[in-house]
Amino acid sequence: MQYDASGQGRHSIMSHRSFVWFCLLPLAVVTAAFFLLPMARLVVVGAEGPQGMAGYLAILTEPRYRATLINTVVLSAATTIVTLVVATIAGMFLQRHRFLGRTVLIAMLTFPLAFPGVVVGFMIILLAGRQGLIGDLSGRMFGEKIVFAYSIYGLFLGYLYFSIPRVILTIMAAVQKLDAGLEEAARSLGAGPWAVQRDVVLPALGPAFVASGAIAFATAMGAFGTAFTLATNIDVLPMLIYTEFTLAANFATSAALSIGLGVITWAILALARSFSGGAVAAAG
Amino acid sequence: MRDRLIFSGQLVFTLGVAAFLVVPAVLSISAGVTVNYFRGISSGVTLQWVFQVWDLYADTILLSFLIAFAALAVTLLIGVPAAYALHTHGGRLSRIVEEVITLPIAIPGLAIALALLLTYGGFRSFRGSWLFIVAGHVIFTMPFMVRSVMAVFATVDVRTLDEGAASLGASPARRFLDVIVPNATPGILAGALMVITLSLGEFNLTWMLHTPLTKTLPIGLADSYASMRLEVASAYTLIFFIMIIPLLIAMQIFADRGQGR
Amino acid sequence: MNVAAGHGASVRIEACGKTFADGTRALEPATLDIACGETLVLLGPSGCGKTTMLRIIAGLELPDAGGRVLFDGKDMTSVPIEKRNVGMVFQSYALFPNMSVADNIGYGLKIRGIGRPERAARVAELVALTNIAGLESRRIDQLSGGQRQRVALARAVAIRPGILLLDEPLTALDAALRDRLRGELNRLLRALGITTIYVTHDQAEAMELGDRIVVMRKGSIAQIGTPREIYFAPESRFVAEFIGAANIVEAPVENGYLVLPGGRQAIGLEVSQSAAVAMIRPETIAIVDAAGAPLSGIIDSVSFIGDRQRMIVSGASSRPLAVDAPNTVKVKAGERVGLLIVPDAVRLLPPES
Repeated sequence: MQYDASGQGRHSIMSHRSFVWFCLLPLAVVTAAFFLLPMARLVVVGAEGPQGMAGYLAILTEPRYRATLINTVVLSAATTIVTLVVATIAGMFLQRHRFLGRTVLIAMLTFPLAFPGVVVGFMIILLAGRQGLIGDLSGRMFGEKIVFAYSIYGLFLGYLYFSIPRVILTIMAAVQKLDAGLEEAARSLGAGPWAVQRDVVLPALGPAFVASGAIAFATAMGAFGTAFTLATNIDVLPMLIYTEFTLAANFATSAALSIGLGVITWAILALARSFSGGAVAAAG
Repeated sequence: MRDRLIFSGQLVFTLGVAAFLVVPAVLSISAGVTVNYFRGISSGVTLQWVFQVWDLYADTILLSFLIAFAALAVTLLIGVPAAYALHTHGGRLSRIVEEVITLPIAIPGLAIALALLLTYGGFRSFRGSWLFIVAGHVIFTMPFMVRSVMAVFATVDVRTLDEGAASLGASPARRFLDVIVPNATPGILAGALMVITLSLGEFNLTWMLHTPLTKTLPIGLADSYASMRLEVASAYTLIFFIMIIPLLIAMQIFADRGQGR
Repeated sequence: MNVAAGHGASVRIEACGKTFADGTRALEPATLDIACGETLVLLGPSGCGKTTMLRIIAGLELPDAGGRVLFDGKDMTSVPIEKRNVGMVFQSYALFPNMSVADNIGYGLKIRGIGRPERAARVAELVALTNIAGLESRRIDQLSGGQRQRVALARAVAIRPGILLLDEPLTALDAALRDRLRGELNRLLRALGITTIYVTHDQAEAMELGDRIVVMRKGSIAQIGTPREIYFAPESRFVAEFIGAANIVEAPVENGYLVLPGGRQAIGLEVSQSAAVAMIRPETIAIVDAAGAPLSGIIDSVSFIGDRQRMIVSGASSRPLAVDAPNTVKVKAGERVGLLIVPDAVRLLPPES
């Protein structure tokens, strides 16, 4: 007896190819409808203000916007640098040493990963707000409550709070992949511990620095929840966009500004990726 | 001796960083169960704030779950086949598509939310429904699902498995269900955890997309931070932690298992 | 056992070439007939187009325009693999990790809508046939390489395919296991008696398994023939050198004799050529006493291989000759020896095109 699957009629060898297209179709439709089309609309609206296309330049020409942009970039850059330093020290330490409680420590350092910006803002309030720990301690010790949660320093602390876990994870993964043979080779050639770090380890971690630094920077540029929670009078780009849109109902400006913000963050990530060879993972 | 010193220095530093991250969370948890945070934990331990949060915000919590699972359903139904298609098709087109669907990670949520508002704000019933938020969350979480599944496809030889099943007479759809999907489960599960976690915590998009009738948990959190006493805000945050931590642990277990292989 | 299900289908490929999207030419247009029940081996070095040809027969690749694939005279060119009723064993086996051994073997039957009892019976039959009893409920990652190979074969055969296609099925295994499984595979293929197309780069596999061998080179068919024809009567220097060891001798032929520096060697053909290329297999050369031998030379080196010894003899031909002698012959490097070659063992090759 023969089991026959040859079926009837001619089937094209293309049927697999059309199935593949069929698999892709829903994604294409959803992406087009809820992402590409709206983004296109955003671009159009951005040019519909009183200044027309020039509205896109307002982010650079209008002094208030430009100051905000500079604020945001400086804040994000500072966050990125401090985060990289902190995360490299901690990440290398955690990856290189085995000790009691290491897993717990790693868990502690990574669990804020899933905190939304608002929660991070609240964490900063608990730390440095009016009823915060720092104010409480300083009040008891020096008789003066130190409260900085609602200033640019609070925001900076908040950005550090959500950047550090992400970057630590990337650095740890990169250190793990590091070829131990390289270090041994350097030492066999007479390099001391510091020289090994400087000449071998840090350069080898370069791509990880670029990748995680770019993510930290882009995330900080676009962070809204933290600023929103802490907001008294901090001018960062996302807050500006938000106030222009909801309070001033200035749709064209907010659209142009958010396009500008989007282009900056996307460009940073794309640049970092081309630089570090596609290692830039998703920012959250 | 010097090694010892370096080790201690690094340990203290790392502990300091951990404290910076953990202490506020601990403060928040303790504040959520303290009768009066200003007077300290000595004022007594209570669940009254938690109950109060539940009374005030239960609907936001339920809506968040509803939205998260709806986003999960959509990303599964659309993202898994798409990941297969992108992997199988390969080439430049696939790279472009992957790039495009990954853009929402790079572009701030605020911009995407504005774009959605400006495009669909006029459709009153859609704009006012929770499905509007789902649309935003789907766009935001889709790349995580697609990439997670594609990462598995890169390690399993999907093409040969596909050909193997084809040689045995299975149609493309049958192959997809019998062979491709079961062998992609680790990626699908990791992606699903990611989608749920991100959706539950999403604020940037949601703040713009929500209406007074479609408030999610993070919206409620922001609301409580602005207008409620610290104990209530903390209790609410506590509830969020309780929801999110099991997901994080599950993700960690997954990542470890993935590395062990 | 009800294993042999007829003798399968005959296969004809007609002018099948393959050019990939990036412009690489994997296969020059080739025409080939494979009879019912025949085992045909596609043999050649990697990149010679043998796998491409197999994939075209399988339905995994479409031939370039003009090419046709026929099963039993029916045009199958545009029929996808899942409708061709072929059984295929992949180099990596392509066993489904999400299914047990039994489910893997039974999958093709399930697709064909065969009921559970009949499926179980057929699976049991194949498990017995391929010697994997006791492994039925194992997961794929719990199997050794050899076991995987058997499961893959059982799975391909379970559906009673018209044609069995094997793509380097033994390559992933270590040498000792490969030798053993080759014998088993041979017995199994003979028992099944189904049309089989077998791709390999291993000439020992090709010799043992093939009714006919297609030697391929750079996308073209170099020679088609039985293993004996291919071995003893290669039609080109490439085939001669690819299959087994060969001495290639370039010398003039005068009235049926190769004129060599170490003497004259009869070739069994009354011809004359000013520049001929001849092939002589090392094992067809016998070592004799130098005195009175038609051809003689000096032993450069002797390598003891175990079942035989290989020596390199210079002076007889323009280039040193490899000679395989029984392991009992006592010779030393530096000795002068006579070489005796039966005329039939000298094969004149056509001049290189």
